[in-house]
Amino acid sequence: MDELSGKAPARAGVRLSGLTPAVRMGLSIAVATGLYGVSFGALAVAAGLTVGQAMALSLLMFTGGSQFAFIGVVAGGGSASAAVGAASLLGVRNAVYGVQMNHLLAPRGWRRLLMAQLTIDESAATTLSQQEAAEQRRGFWTAGVGVFVLWNAFTLAGAVLGDALGDARRWGLDGAAVAAFLGLLWPRLKGREPVALALAAGLVTAAAIPWAAPGVPILLAAAAGAAWGWWGHAR
Amino acid sequence: MTLWHAVIAAGLIALATKLAGYAVPARWLQNPRMHRVAGALTVALLASLTVMNTFAEGTALHLDARLAALGVAALALWARAPFLLVVVLGALASALVRWWV
Repeated sequence: MDELSGKAPARAGVRLSGLTPAVRMGLSIAVATGLYGVSFGALAVAAGLTVGQAMALSLLMFTGGSQFAFIGVVAGGGSASAAVGAASLLGVRNAVYGVQMNHLLAPRGWRRLLMAQLTIDESAATTLSQQEAAEQRRGFWTAGVGVFVLWNAFTLAGAVLGDALGDARRWGLDGAAVAAFLGLLWPRLKGREPVALALAAGLVTAAAIPWAAPGVPILLAAAAGAAWGWWGHAR
Repeated sequence: MTLWHAVIAAGLIALATKLAGYAVPARWLQNPRMHRVAGALTVALLASLTVMNTFAEGTALHLDARLAALGVAALALWARAPFLLVVVLGALASALVRWWV
């Protein structure tokens, strides 16, 4: 009925294009995130992974921070088990998102498995930004499926490109990895406490590098971070 | 452990972690302490990875072109550049420094 009244145009426009705010947000996040799959693919190959291994990480692991952590440890000469450890610890936050998504969206059966695999920073953030249940659902699926498709497509493009580039250092890909990690960390440095924690973790890492096996300094910093969170003050 | 084993194992652990959020009783994870641990773990790991990728050369600390990438990336992030641009600028910075020095 409203569509026929005078104040309808904006709403009718939304109807016509079929895009609700949650869908629009999910799509823009999917494009922005998917694009930097290029950097993951290229850096994975530069770290010594094959194109197939880079794709396996994007398809199966599918959580950007952990994927970058995995190749970051491998690039630094760390053992395979240190790479698994660092990637797995960085994925712990997805379990917390899972609890929130389960509470809001309550998936059943096979949808639950699919939803779990698509539970990442971007889909959780899109869902949590919406108030209405139907919009939360649309936001989750748009961001989750959108990021999955684009992230994997661009990982493949980046890995093939990285393979063709050859010598990674000549193209500054080691610098790209540094920038990528700082870029992942940056949005989380809001307020004094995370900055202090980041500096402490950085110092622990630098102090441990000369005497610990490659990859181990990252796990020590993770242990320090977990202890900080466990015993830290609630604010 | 070969690299392929590590890729598959880490992938399965990541999926199991996500599923755990849907499967375990909410009160195990949905409390302020677990939120703090997950948040602190993420910040500590990303900071550690940044430092390692900037300064580590095997088991030695080493200053080279990567430091320029760190500085340029920080400036770009401070200026609110999008992620992909930050990564490209980081690559450019270290490639240029290596070319000049």
